[in-house]
Amino acid sequence: MTSLSAKDKDTVKAFWGKISPKAGDIGKDALGRMLVVYPQTKTYFSHWKDLSPGSAPVAKHGATIMSGVGDAVSKIDNLTAGLFNLSELHAFTLRVDPANFKILAHNILVVLAIQYPSDFTPEVHVSMDKFLSALALALSEKYR
Amino acid sequence: MVEWTEQERSIINNIFSNLDYDDIGPKALARCLIVYPWTQRYFASFGNLYNADAIKTNPNIAAHGTKVLHGLDRAVKNLDNIKATYAELSVLHSEKLHVDPDNFKLLADCLTIVIAAKLGNAFNPEVQATFQKFLAVVVSALGRQYH
Repeated sequence: MTSLSAKDKDTVKAFWGKISPKAGDIGKDALGRMLVVYPQTKTYFSHWKDLSPGSAPVAKHGATIMSGVGDAVSKIDNLTAGLFNLSELHAFTLRVDPANFKILAHNILVVLAIQYPSDFTPEVHVSMDKFLSALALALSEKYR
Repeated sequence: MVEWTEQERSIINNIFSNLDYDDIGPKALARCLIVYPWTQRYFASFGNLYNADAIKTNPNIAAHGTKVLHGLDRAVKNLDNIKATYAELSVLHSEKLHVDPDNFKLLADCLTIVIAAKLGNAFNPEVQATFQKFLAVVVSALGRQYH
């Protein structure tokens, strides 16, 4: 489906280099937003005491997710192989409906727009959107 | 019918009364054409859309972006009757412009991103939820008269 051009990969790697120090914060904000804006996503977290933006479980999990994204950046030349284990985890243990990857991706992009208004240009936006779509696809590989 | 709380009405009115239409409209439309290049299919007569820079500086696109953004004003003024308010525009987009209604969502997403960049942290989760709800209702109304 999505093929990342050399330019896309360079753009993603450069932008990630800029934002990675704040990856945890970005993840926390994106996850917190998703739970508010798309309440159906809360169904995956019924075991958490507090689902409000900025809460401890949201912060911790947001950071976990973004470190996965960072890992994917380093494996950008072969996402399917690189995310094999994570795909198995999502397919067999977590069983997150893949439609939700798109929802989370959107919220990550919103947070990037908020925190990096001048750096998150349309050109960076399209490469990041393509990358997150490719990531989601690799994550869905083992589902069926 | 769509229900709006006082809070939601206030958020929506706040966003639009402080909006620089000539800035946000062009940026949102340009972003849509760059991030989702297939949407350029509707703008063949608008001149040079060859690359991102051309799109961003194209005066026809800029003017159209402003126009489209002002198109949202009637929804803001008629929150309780968006469906009827957009019936005519829906027919226009279907019968005359032949726009695939899936594309409305793409533009809505780009507008959300541009507004988020403008408002920064003021675009908190609650504001985002309200704004996206508003756009979803408009998008639905615009697709209503397609057959």
